[in-house]
Amino acid sequence: MWEQINANRWRSVVLTASMGLLLLLIGYFLGYFFLDNAIIGLILALVVWGILSLIAFYQGDSLLLSLSRARKIGRDDNPRLYNIVEEMKIASGLERMPDIYIIDDSALNAFATGRDPSKASVAVTSGLLAKLNRDELQGVIGHEMAHIKNRDVLLMAICAVMLGTIVILAWYATRVLFFSGGGRRSSGGGGAGGLIVLAVGIGLLILAPILAQIIYFTVSRKREYLADASSALYTRYPEGLASALEKIAASPVQLKSANKATAPMYTINPFRQKGRAASNLTSTHPPISERVRILRAMSGASLADYDQAYREARGTKAGIAPASALALDKMAGATALREPSAEAKTAEKAPQKVERARETSDMMWRLNKYRTVDCTCGTKLRVSPDFKGVNVKCPHCGRTLSVKGAN
Amino acid sequence: MWLAIYIVGGIVVLLFLFFIITYNGLIGLRNQMRNAWAQIDVQLKRRYDLIPNLMETVKGYMKHERETMEAVTKARNLAQSLASGGAAARSKAEDALGGALSKLLAVVENYPDLKANQNFLALQEELASTENKIGFSRQYYNDSVLRMNNKVQMFPSNVVAAMTNFKQGEFFEVTVTEEREAPKVSFT
Repeated sequence: MWEQINANRWRSVVLTASMGLLLLLIGYFLGYFFLDNAIIGLILALVVWGILSLIAFYQGDSLLLSLSRARKIGRDDNPRLYNIVEEMKIASGLERMPDIYIIDDSALNAFATGRDPSKASVAVTSGLLAKLNRDELQGVIGHEMAHIKNRDVLLMAICAVMLGTIVILAWYATRVLFFSGGGRRSSGGGGAGGLIVLAVGIGLLILAPILAQIIYFTVSRKREYLADASSALYTRYPEGLASALEKIAASPVQLKSANKATAPMYTINPFRQKGRAASNLTSTHPPISERVRILRAMSGASLADYDQAYREARGTKAGIAPASALALDKMAGATALREPSAEAKTAEKAPQKVERARETSDMMWRLNKYRTVDCTCGTKLRVSPDFKGVNVKCPHCGRTLSVKGAN
Repeated sequence: MWLAIYIVGGIVVLLFLFFIITYNGLIGLRNQMRNAWAQIDVQLKRRYDLIPNLMETVKGYMKHERETMEAVTKARNLAQSLASGGAAARSKAEDALGGALSKLLAVVENYPDLKANQNFLALQEELASTENKIGFSRQYYNDSVLRMNNKVQMFPSNVVAAMTNFKQGEFFEVTVTEEREAPKVSFT
């Protein structure tokens, strides 16, 4: 089960490296146009990147924590949170207890930071502490612990800094290019060859930030899925995280102290717009509904179980890790799901009201002669009485369903 | 001639490197497993330490539960005395302690005053969490054993394991399925 984390990490590293290549290319062209020396441009790009990386590496976590106005707590300040973090620390086999921070904000969110597992912190909002039950909190903390354990924080910091450097350099270069009417090269006249280089360079300046962003989002979303999978493995209870995600998604409050730079650190994208599923390319986080669906479809708690649910939910062949790595995980028989905790069990009586409302709504639909088709992805389709076809396509997952026999 | 010597020498060096890396990997996994085992003890000991406090707090309220309380104290002392003994006897004693504790916490329901006591509430949280931690440390121990056994069984690391007489780890088996669940501590 640890092998696929490595396999997944390898893919992330390849993506990150391609981002680095983009950065080098930009530096090269910058130097070529403005400094008459491609190598100096290359070195300049590396220096800018290096300085930003050093800041992120040594000051990143304290910067992030002070930006979000988090305060550190000890065991006595909030024994419940402290205990839950310690439980997840034990389950994940992390060697050092991470520092715990609380952000006084009624929004529901959490993040992990720290460049390596021996110097890590988790931060949760006070809203999250108030709204989630023990199992749900455990799922969220497990997700954050997975980010620490899988060293996502460092990887994402490297990626974010690289993206930032690329954006800054490209922005600066286009400014200079448009306001000065081209670099020094163009006035010297380089013939057809020079023109081609110029065209490639301009194309690169426009495309590189977009490409880098796409790479960044791809890496980030992969890490999110893997952290969900690991959380399920640690808690042996994917339902906890699933219902936590639902609660977070349903909360209308946005985090006050979040900004674009810190967004990917959170469990849930703090900038999501209500009612809109995150689009595929421009989101650091996978859509919540999909994460919930995958977690709910798990038949066991192992990473292989998550992988299977992931592939079924997304209808893709590519899972979160190569099949060879997952075959290993199948040998683990001891990854059965556990029961909800006593606290959650007593709280379960609450949803009755929702159930009743749902029944009433079902009845209203039936009265109007609408038919209801249940899709395996959890979506309920209402089919109008005017609909004459035999099959209907689920708008959510794309499965084709038969209307026959539905009522 | 020299070429052949270089090739053979290169292969020998590579094999040697492979051996060292794999062997160190195995040792690392074994240490992790042993460390995980020690972690279970840390949590069990925490439970022993919490029980006298719990008894002290509960005593004033539960006048009619002398038997239930005595059962917990007895089970705790038995488990503690067996702590350095054989694994089988010990795990049985720990199971008994878990059972006695959950019985005690179940009758708390009949004592509203006790349920309002801050001291008790804090202890209840600690106990519930300790039960979870015992469960999670066992779970992590089993995860570590699985990882090590995979390495010991699979090619090519199994060759190194066989050469160095590396033993497989033993899983922690829970005797009664109910034991995996924490005692029913209610938070209402």
